[in-house]
Amino acid sequence: MENTLSNLSKSSAIIPSLERHYIHAKNGYKRRKTINLLMLSMTGLLSLMAIVPLFWIIGYVFYKGGQFINLDFFIQTPRPMGIVGGGVLHSIEGTIIMTIISALIAIPPGIMAAFYAAYYPNTPLGVALRFGTDVLSGVPSIVVGIFCYALFVKPVGHYSALAGGIALAILMLPTIIRTTEEMIKLVPQNMREGSLALGAPEWRTALKVTLPAAINGIITGFLLGLARAAGETAPLLFTALGNDRFEAGRMIQSGLHGGQSIFKIIGNILSQPVDSLPLTLYKYAQQPFAERVNQSWAVALVLICFVLFTNIIARIWVQSRTGKR
Amino acid sequence: MVRQVMDREVSKLKNEVLLLGSMAEEAVLSAVNALYLRNHVTARQIFISDQEINKRRFAIQNAVLILIATQQPMAHDLRLMTAILEVTSELERIGDYAKGIAKVTLAIGDEQFAVPIQDIQMMANRAVSMVHRSLSAFISEDEIISRVIPLEDDEVDRMYESIFQRALKAMIDKPDSIDVTNYLIWVAHNLERTADRATNICERTIFIATGELIDISDLSFSISQTPGQEAY
Amino acid sequence: MEISIETRENTSVKYPSLVSLPVLPISNKGLLDGFEIKMEILNLSVFYNKFRALNEISVKIPTNRITAIIGPSGCGKSTLLRSLNRMNDLTPKIHIEGEIKLDAKNIYGKGVDIVDVRRRVGMVFQRPNPFPMSIFENVAYGPRLYGISNRMLLDEIVETSLVKAALWDEVKDKLNQSGMTISGGQQQRLCIARALAVEPEIILMDEPASALDPVATIKIEELMQTLKTNYTIVIVTHNMQQAARVSDFTAFMMINQERAGTLVEFGATPQIFTNPKNRQTEDYVTGRFG
Repeated sequence: MENTLSNLSKSSAIIPSLERHYIHAKNGYKRRKTINLLMLSMTGLLSLMAIVPLFWIIGYVFYKGGQFINLDFFIQTPRPMGIVGGGVLHSIEGTIIMTIISALIAIPPGIMAAFYAAYYPNTPLGVALRFGTDVLSGVPSIVVGIFCYALFVKPVGHYSALAGGIALAILMLPTIIRTTEEMIKLVPQNMREGSLALGAPEWRTALKVTLPAAINGIITGFLLGLARAAGETAPLLFTALGNDRFEAGRMIQSGLHGGQSIFKIIGNILSQPVDSLPLTLYKYAQQPFAERVNQSWAVALVLICFVLFTNIIARIWVQSRTGKR
Repeated sequence: MVRQVMDREVSKLKNEVLLLGSMAEEAVLSAVNALYLRNHVTARQIFISDQEINKRRFAIQNAVLILIATQQPMAHDLRLMTAILEVTSELERIGDYAKGIAKVTLAIGDEQFAVPIQDIQMMANRAVSMVHRSLSAFISEDEIISRVIPLEDDEVDRMYESIFQRALKAMIDKPDSIDVTNYLIWVAHNLERTADRATNICERTIFIATGELIDISDLSFSISQTPGQEAY
Repeated sequence: MEISIETRENTSVKYPSLVSLPVLPISNKGLLDGFEIKMEILNLSVFYNKFRALNEISVKIPTNRITAIIGPSGCGKSTLLRSLNRMNDLTPKIHIEGEIKLDAKNIYGKGVDIVDVRRRVGMVFQRPNPFPMSIFENVAYGPRLYGISNRMLLDEIVETSLVKAALWDEVKDKLNQSGMTISGGQQQRLCIARALAVEPEIILMDEPASALDPVATIKIEELMQTLKTNYTIVIVTHNMQQAARVSDFTAFMMINQERAGTLVEFGATPQIFTNPKNRQTEDYVTGRFG
């Protein structure tokens, strides 16, 4: 009897050779290559077609609007119609104010609602939240505008920045809730348990552990919602209306001179009708004066830049945070 | 820092093996001494100490078992474990040889020795010395010394051969000394086996170091081959 | 070297007594005599909805020792572990019967402060889960929870905990870096430091090294040995060899016919792995299970 151990060390493993009778690649290497190339080209072409409108728009707006951008544009209020010069300071201020208001109104409830929906998805409120959010995101913005008119403009008797801010907040809310909820669900259950196991209550865990862990996505979602809200026109028609004479700086100065408290000054600012950039664009583009039309192109440029800028910031922020992780 | 626990346990085990070895060596020397002095008390004591030897051997084996189960030693450590098991076995056997010599003391009474007892004492000295040194080499895992010590086995074999021849002659010259002389041959035989045990311990040490189990008697076969030894 | 024969009259030489070697207990009666018992689990049954997941488990956890819970997948080891610090309360539709006594007080009793239970019974999870904050803040999270805000005191606690977790030397220069930037093994030690920072009495470990490489695993195992002098440790592991290496006592669990987890055998670790009393334990430990 041979020593099997020594056999193992001497011979290499023997594999029965595969009899290749039944399976073999079809001939037509060339044919396959051609089909591959065709598919690739088609995909590339169609992708290009999808991107073209974006670049076209950006390019055209830059071209048309770039001609009319100057420093005055950003720091001056409008001149009377027909006269060259002046700027859209009022719109810029209006946009900024209403964006801030809408952020302040939308973020806290949005995040809390997202937590509730993420933690208790099967309760009646949780189900209602998720369903409601989906519906709300589909409601046309002009309907939101009319709703805000009925609730916040008519009873008060005048248009206001506040009403505009509320309308924008309602439009932002679904995006914020949805994104936040998704990001919360992405935080590992592990991490939440780690905090609870130390004895921390749920709220503290949510605030100090889950929220910071999800903050990247939350901020991205917020910025995207913001970019969208800043570009809304329809709801503002019924709530903020527009105001050529709006100049926050002057209002603050006169208020301080007049010895008014900071709250009164802010209240004053908020209750004024204001313009926003998209609103201004809407109005200027339809006017017969060449100056106005040119300026509307410039506004379009500003808006596009704002959207681009916001997206780029969002992306850089996320990358810098994940780089550290 | 890694495997601190196991290293600690291994060094404890090695200490216990050394201790067991001392007990076995002590038993052999003490037995031969008792024979020389015809001290029956000492001889009986050896039987009692042998129980302690057995107890300790069992404890060491148990500890090795536990160590293997709980620490999963590999490679060198694993060889060390199996070698310890075998060495304790050898040491216990040496203890049994001492017991055998003690039995002879109790059986002989006061009769004259037909063979000079000093020769037996010298043989005992040499054999125990071999055991002691091979055990030290085992503990310090010294492969080199372990290859050298077995060569002394030839000398022990020669001593045995000489005692054997003289015993034969004594038995032929004085037939009434056959009993005593027979016992003495038996004692010498036990001592010769003790030296063999020492050789085995050396083999185990080489095994730990190299992973090879060699039979040293093969190596020195050509040198020590004399008539009367083929029985081994 | 020759040994000379000394002439002796009597040879009753005294040898040192055999205390240094481990000894297998003959029977398990009185196994835990002389041990302080940190936690006692009495007839614990856990139900998910109507389904019984754990069946009448009774076991005593000795203080300052490492107790391992082993058994095949799905036998309820993690469920049992999570009951010990009431983390099971987080699972919906769960129902507990029986008692778990921490120092003779039932943690499921009326009026028991869960936060205090969770402080005294710390937990380390299978996958390291550092918080998204700096290493310092990770460890300081616990103490802050209990009202400690003095910066100097926090510094001291953080350093002590990281030293105890054998991580201080490796991170003392980067305490402000995010806890996510260190290696997996270091993250796990960070989680251990975090658990130690609230001065627990027991540390529960749910397969603490299963997500780590062998070198990191050995570091965690050695850490457990140093920790056990001051803490009681209960570890769940599916790695039998790890349980054998690390623990002093082992509990073996299995699923019974009704798909509930039961305790099959509890004993000293050397005995469970060299000579278990129960046939099922023997089958599992020798790998002949299933």
